Amino acid sequence: MAIDTEKNSYTVVFAVLMVVVVGSLLAFVASGLKPMIDENERFEKQQNILYAMGVNENEGDGDVSFIPTTDVEDAFSQYITQQLVLEGTEATEKENAYLINVEKALAKAKSGEKAELPLLIGEKDGEKFYIIPMYGKGLWDAIWGYMSVDENMEIKGVYFDHRGETPGLGANIKQRFFMDDFKGELVVDGNTYVGVEVAKGNNDPLNNDKEDNQVDALAGATITGNGVTAMIKESLKLYKPYLQTIRSN
Amino acid sequence: MALLSKKDANLIKDPLADNNPITIQVLGICSALAITAELKASVVMAISVLFVLGVGNVVISLIRNIIPAKIRIIVQLVVVASLVIIVDQVLKAFAYELSKTLSVFVGLIITNCIIMGRFEAFALGNGPWKSFLDGIGNALGYGVILVIVGFFRELLGSGTLFGMKVLGDPVTKTGLYSIGYENNGFMIIPPAALIVVGIIIWVQRSRNRELIEEA
Repeated sequence: MAIDTEKNSYTVVFAVLMVVVVGSLLAFVASGLKPMIDENERFEKQQNILYAMGVNENEGDGDVSFIPTTDVEDAFSQYITQQLVLEGTEATEKENAYLINVEKALAKAKSGEKAELPLLIGEKDGEKFYIIPMYGKGLWDAIWGYMSVDENMEIKGVYFDHRGETPGLGANIKQRFFMDDFKGELVVDGNTYVGVEVAKGNNDPLNNDKEDNQVDALAGATITGNGVTAMIKESLKLYKPYLQTIRSN
Repeated sequence: MALLSKKDANLIKDPLADNNPITIQVLGICSALAITAELKASVVMAISVLFVLGVGNVVISLIRNIIPAKIRIIVQLVVVASLVIIVDQVLKAFAYELSKTLSVFVGLIITNCIIMGRFEAFALGNGPWKSFLDGIGNALGYGVILVIVGFFRELLGSGTLFGMKVLGDPVTKTGLYSIGYENNGFMIIPPAALIVVGIIIWVQRSRNRELIEEA
């Protein structure tokens, strides 16, 4: 049987059939796998949040290891003592506040609308960690993360992640050497919440100066670095009303 | 008896050297520049392309007689895009960690000109088995160059291989760095890949003069 593949009617029928077949195949796959994907994403959030407050399984210098997915739920309920949503200086407790879509919440708050900003309080070895979510833009796509601060507004840990930064360049924001640089940095300069700048040429590659509100930039990833700077600043601005109420120094 | 006939074996062998997609056909250069700053990323990309090109070639070859010629490019795009999305979803559900490493490549695979090039030049005119071999061969040829470029760029640019510090520590000045060696920052930016690919092309053509194009 020979089909005349040149005919316009055949082309149209083929195109329609193709769209229907491929469309339903993809929809079928996506909806079938959705519960598993959702759960994986939830575990990942918990892992990232715990990582930012120093609950991880890092061994050695360059290692970035999370609590394994099998244990992360227990660890999360053990270390995270309070889940809050903030509106200005007002904080109310809310179950599973960590699942709030940070991108949307921050964008809403930024445009001045009423928004519930999630904030998590963790406790480890008698120390309190205030964990702030962040969301911003890198070079190619979104970047996000969590940073934990104490009452002195000193960073206790950060976790950064990205959707599509260049491997070996911007993607290095999730490397240990970059994230560890933030530890100990102050997010305040006197009374202004300046954040931490990812700075080129701050002449401090070993990051010994913890008072300068700067960490050393990544070579070849200027725009991603600027994105990190902006992201930290943005979150601080929105969380400042609350942070001022807990600040002790 | 050989596993493959000589002709079939050539489908795999040719793209590895004398008809390499990157150095001879000069296809797929864009992704070769973008992701070869690290060896690991190069290997992951090579494996992803191997899968997509192998399966994609077979699918296109199977439906080659019913594809309307007028919209064949669109059909090819749909096949690549669907394959990539399905793989991405399955990985997200069953191998989440791996999928995070791969997610950055998804877009790059779809736009990789080698894939469309092989669909168009080979799978549309040949049977599924031959197309499969051709896909594997070309993906391997692509992967080999990617790994070579990734090896030199990561070694010279960051002093590491697969993220391991093989030349010592540049910050605390151990190993090679203690005698004044410095990482070459140029190697981690994309133009360096052009130069490495250029050197490979030069070496290859000087060893086999038949490959030199007439001016």
